[in-house]
Amino acid sequence: MGEKILLAHGSGSRLSHDLISKVLAPSIMNPVLARMDDSAVLSMSGKLAFTTDSYVVNPIFFPGGDIGRLAVCGTVNDLSMSGARPLYISLALIIEEGLDIDDLRQVMASVKDTAVEAGVQIVTGDTKVVDHGKADRLFINTSGIGLIEYGTDISGSNARPGDKIILSGGIGEHGMAVMSQREGLHLSLPVTSDCAPLNHLVSVMLSVSKNIHSLRDPTRGGLASTLNEFAKQSDVGITIEEDKIPVCDGVRGACELLGLDPLYIANEGKLVATVTEVDSGKVLSAMKKNKYARQAVVIGEVTTEHRGRVVMKTSIGSSRIVDMPVGEILPRIC
Amino acid sequence: MKFIDEFRDPGLSRRLADKIAQISTRPARLMEFCGGHTVAIMRNGIRQLLPPHIEMLSGPGCPVCVTANRDIDRAIALSQVPGLIITTFGDMLKVPGSYSSLQQARAAGGDIRIVYSTQDALQAARVNPDRLVVFLGVGFETTAPTVASAVLQAEREKIDNFYILCHLKMTPPAMRALLELGETHLNGIICPGHVSTIIGTKPYQAYARDYGVACVVAGFEPVDILQAVEMLVQQIEDGIARVDIAYTRGVRPEGNIRAQDLMNDVFDTTDACWRGIGDISKSGLSLKNKYSRYDAARRFEVELPPVREHAGCRCGEILRGVIRPVDCGLFGKACTPENPVGPCMVSSEGSCAAYYQYGAHDG
Repeated sequence: MGEKILLAHGSGSRLSHDLISKVLAPSIMNPVLARMDDSAVLSMSGKLAFTTDSYVVNPIFFPGGDIGRLAVCGTVNDLSMSGARPLYISLALIIEEGLDIDDLRQVMASVKDTAVEAGVQIVTGDTKVVDHGKADRLFINTSGIGLIEYGTDISGSNARPGDKIILSGGIGEHGMAVMSQREGLHLSLPVTSDCAPLNHLVSVMLSVSKNIHSLRDPTRGGLASTLNEFAKQSDVGITIEEDKIPVCDGVRGACELLGLDPLYIANEGKLVATVTEVDSGKVLSAMKKNKYARQAVVIGEVTTEHRGRVVMKTSIGSSRIVDMPVGEILPRIC
Repeated sequence: MKFIDEFRDPGLSRRLADKIAQISTRPARLMEFCGGHTVAIMRNGIRQLLPPHIEMLSGPGCPVCVTANRDIDRAIALSQVPGLIITTFGDMLKVPGSYSSLQQARAAGGDIRIVYSTQDALQAARVNPDRLVVFLGVGFETTAPTVASAVLQAEREKIDNFYILCHLKMTPPAMRALLELGETHLNGIICPGHVSTIIGTKPYQAYARDYGVACVVAGFEPVDILQAVEMLVQQIEDGIARVDIAYTRGVRPEGNIRAQDLMNDVFDTTDACWRGIGDISKSGLSLKNKYSRYDAARRFEVELPPVREHAGCRCGEILRGVIRPVDCGLFGKACTPENPVGPCMVSSEGSCAAYYQYGAHDG
């Protein structure tokens, strides 16, 4: 049996120091963190974006990622969706007594790889250990700071009639990957989480257009929630076409099987943007060059009709309202 | 995706809708019995493709919705028995009973777990040999064979900590009860697809014969449903009533004999209480005496509070097709999916939830 996390690992004792210096810190070390002071001291100037999120995904390892990659991507993406360039991230771990230290190592390796990929530094952190049964293996909180470099004001309340709605790729992959792993569904077409940092994609988009009005990553509640949020925050109507929305066969099959609607299933590596019609072409072609947005596509547009509502043209040529999801669709997917 | 896309074909759907408009000359009231059909109709916007004089009513074919308050109360009471694990399909969790819901009972400490099949419930019993595991058997003829199979499997494997709280119901007696009430003056029924896969079409013959109602068994994709409507309208226009199958890839007239045998082996028919309709003779399934050791209702004595119905809730009339969800004063106001008053707003197959979710807020 491998080495396990003990309560003493969180007690501030020599064991804690060993855990930090041998398992946690080495992979993510940088000059700010290396000072090992009570807080990170950063020099920045300009308009800042600041965000925080906690991650309780179950299971902590799933096809296409793990809680470490998710924790970095989630915060990087939240900053990116405000048009900020993510720079610094905090990492707080709440560990259940008994977790395999090898699992922790693997999560930290993912944290490191994802931070390197996104180009962010982890500058401060915390570790707590709680009694067996008081947490579920590992919970992570990350907060992040980013710099707004482009002059654009990007917000869910800025969608304007006439804007095109661009989706960066296939929906439902993260939620379905976690779900199938947790429930042991053994799908014949396995689904892999799309969990990815989108800051480079956003940066390319912002460099080609100053007319991106809204950006959001459709995480919990899926595409349907994000579009409803845009419609309500901006007091506009949104029309989308069912046939335009990419859904991979694995997600479609699993949704058919479970009676779920892909529109409501979470994503962790997708974004939705509203862009002026004039700029939509160049934004779309810039996006398609990024590996996380090869399938980017215009799925609909913002209108002055049916304000506050999302209407979808169905495959068979009728239409229906796409409402906010209700209650928990799939619990603990992030 | 193969075998699905063909049945969502826009061109074919359009042609069927045109054909219906062309052949339909008189008003027709059609009921889709099954909640799965209601959802498919709303989700695909099928009503908008039909001529206005064809009225589509939703029926009582949502097992969660027709489960009576007292049966939900019993499940809630069981969940508070120390040491018990309650396993249930997720839809049951939020359904309000007389005073509370399983969701609230879980927050109050009940060990209530969502499962996706009866086999998952049986597995919970296998891996928790020191606990007693109860499966909430709520469903129609589609669920019943899986419950029967789990009981037989428990018997074979000598699993002695597995119980069924049996509220399984059968659709034909309910359909007959509706026709007998005569409130809705139906011209045609879209008969359930999956249920018919199990029971076949014989039970429907009597509706066509005794009540002059056209019957067509339908699948769940837009083309399936439009084809069924077209066949119903054709019968109505021709002045005939018989049972047709528009879902030949899923349903044979004799049904699934093996599943029927399983059910006959494990269950007796019994009277059951349906929300909105009341007690219907021989419309429920109970475990046969030889399997009574798996019967949670016999094994665990619980005290039940007096049954209470929710003031203003018109789920009963909605389930009978007498009114549409939008005709209920609570719909979308006091009763929403977030704060459901009645079960039709909770279940994923409930007609109120389907109307609400897919945008028939204004009727």
